[in-house]
Amino acid sequence: MELFVFVVAAAMVLGGAIGVITRSNPVHAALSLVLTLFGIAVMFVSHDAQFLAAVQVIVYAGAIVVLFLFVIMLLGVDRTEDVNIEPITVQRPLALIVSAGVVGIVIAAVVSSRELLGRPVGGLDKTTLSAPDANIRQLAREIFGNNVFAFELTSVLLLVAVVGTVLMARRVKSNGAGK
Amino acid sequence: MSSLFAIDPLLEDGLLWTPLLIILIKVLVVFVVGLVATMLMVWFERKVIAGMQNRVGPNKAGPWGLLQTLADGTKLFFKEDLIPERADRLVFRLAPYLVLVPAFLAFAIIPLGGDFRDGKGGIVTLFGHETRLQLADPPVGVLFALAISAIAVYGIMLAGWSSGSKYPLLGSVRASAQMVSYEAALGLSLAAVLIVSGTLSTAGIVNLQSSIGNWNIVATGFVPFFIFMIAATAELNRPPFDLVEAEQELVGGFNTEYSSIRFALFFLAEFMNTITMSALIVTLFFGGPQPISIGDTTLDIPLLPNAIEGTVWLLLKVLVFLYIYVWFRATLPRFRYDQLMDLGWRILIPASLGWFMLLAAQRVGRDAGWDQTVVTLSTAIVLIVGYVLLQLAYKVSRANREQDGASF
Repeated sequence: MELFVFVVAAAMVLGGAIGVITRSNPVHAALSLVLTLFGIAVMFVSHDAQFLAAVQVIVYAGAIVVLFLFVIMLLGVDRTEDVNIEPITVQRPLALIVSAGVVGIVIAAVVSSRELLGRPVGGLDKTTLSAPDANIRQLAREIFGNNVFAFELTSVLLLVAVVGTVLMARRVKSNGAGK
Repeated sequence: MSSLFAIDPLLEDGLLWTPLLIILIKVLVVFVVGLVATMLMVWFERKVIAGMQNRVGPNKAGPWGLLQTLADGTKLFFKEDLIPERADRLVFRLAPYLVLVPAFLAFAIIPLGGDFRDGKGGIVTLFGHETRLQLADPPVGVLFALAISAIAVYGIMLAGWSSGSKYPLLGSVRASAQMVSYEAALGLSLAAVLIVSGTLSTAGIVNLQSSIGNWNIVATGFVPFFIFMIAATAELNRPPFDLVEAEQELVGGFNTEYSSIRFALFFLAEFMNTITMSALIVTLFFGGPQPISIGDTTLDIPLLPNAIEGTVWLLLKVLVFLYIYVWFRATLPRFRYDQLMDLGWRILIPASLGWFMLLAAQRVGRDAGWDQTVVTLSTAIVLIVGYVLLQLAYKVSRANREQDGASF
């Protein structure tokens, strides 16, 4: 049963990922991304991380990809692109090198830490996870208790990003009005 | 694998034939009840609104016009199914299902009955197996409903885009912007309920609301309920937030190019969502299938077993909200788009966030044994300061925009 769930979810993730890079229509690519995110949510559920799965669907599928689609529709780039014309000729060989490098690093990381995989590494207590609300309680203790400093730093980072975006968007406008 | 279904006591011994049969029956009942309820809801809305407008309403098909929806549905089935020439055919066909399926899925987590009295927790015995009268009680509970309503945006967005024409595209961008905006207020007022009840599970939330004083509408201090109600109405695209259906002013919305059964699916999903949302409101704020009781006295329906009585109470409470939704439609004029966005972003989201903070502070204060009046007062002062700062920010940004030459 677990193998079956894994195979189906993995097929969803990989199929979606291939779809993202092969579909020439941006909206179809975004929809493939949704498929990938759903596959990951299924994986989360099958590993007893139901809260992460719900957040994955609410935040990534429900908000971020919706924003992608918004931008695609508002900018009117929702037509099939002709990918044969390449304005910056170096970027394709460069992309090939970078992706090969990333794949190499990931494989190296997996190979070098092979013994550690599948071994419990602390954090959540798996034995009590089936109790009601245990998932969210344990996660909350970890985030707001043991790792509260990192959590607060992350939220400050997000806030800075938001303020920076607003500032950049405004400055361009007032310069234009000043001229 | 058993931990996947964990909370339903039915599945503790692994998958057996009888539990599997019970689950299948539950799925079938939820699906059929959903469909029939939708059919009756369309009739109910037309009949009630006709009464409010001094008309008769549907009265030809069946007794009191009850079968009118069936007749309309059959008619829509035999209409020509048009696909615009410039449509994205695959997505155009997919979109109605992306709206319909979430509408049905969200119904799965609503407790539809059961005996919640005397600490029984809504568990009933069917064929010698203990179970709950709800299709699923996932560990993420009501977050499931939020996730589902997040998915429902896709159907509307893609329906408008895939039509390949500009009015549906504009309509779908408008509708999905509305739904995404109000989802924040919806989630924040839901969080107020969660902080009071301390559990995510819908059965658990219902279980805690044993009498009117314990109902979450009282326990959360009324404000989250009103915010939730308004945000839910906007999320459903129902009047007064039904810009999607403003054919006269805005050339309709995302479904302009849809005809025949595909249009019927959108229509069905909308009414289905209204029922689901009413049931969710009842579950979250009004004790779901719990009987109405004040203090120790409980209104008991005689001759009915308690488990079935729960279903009757749920039905009655949901009917009240369905009636309120129809009443809204008959009474309130439609919002303009900028008014809609103002209400969502500048009033509902700050208000729900502030109220959430207040409840959280009280909760922390209670756990730490602080004086509740001091906690409430200091939180109120912080909230007032925050409100003043927010108003100042609006003023500054308005002045800046006017300096840039904007007229709004």
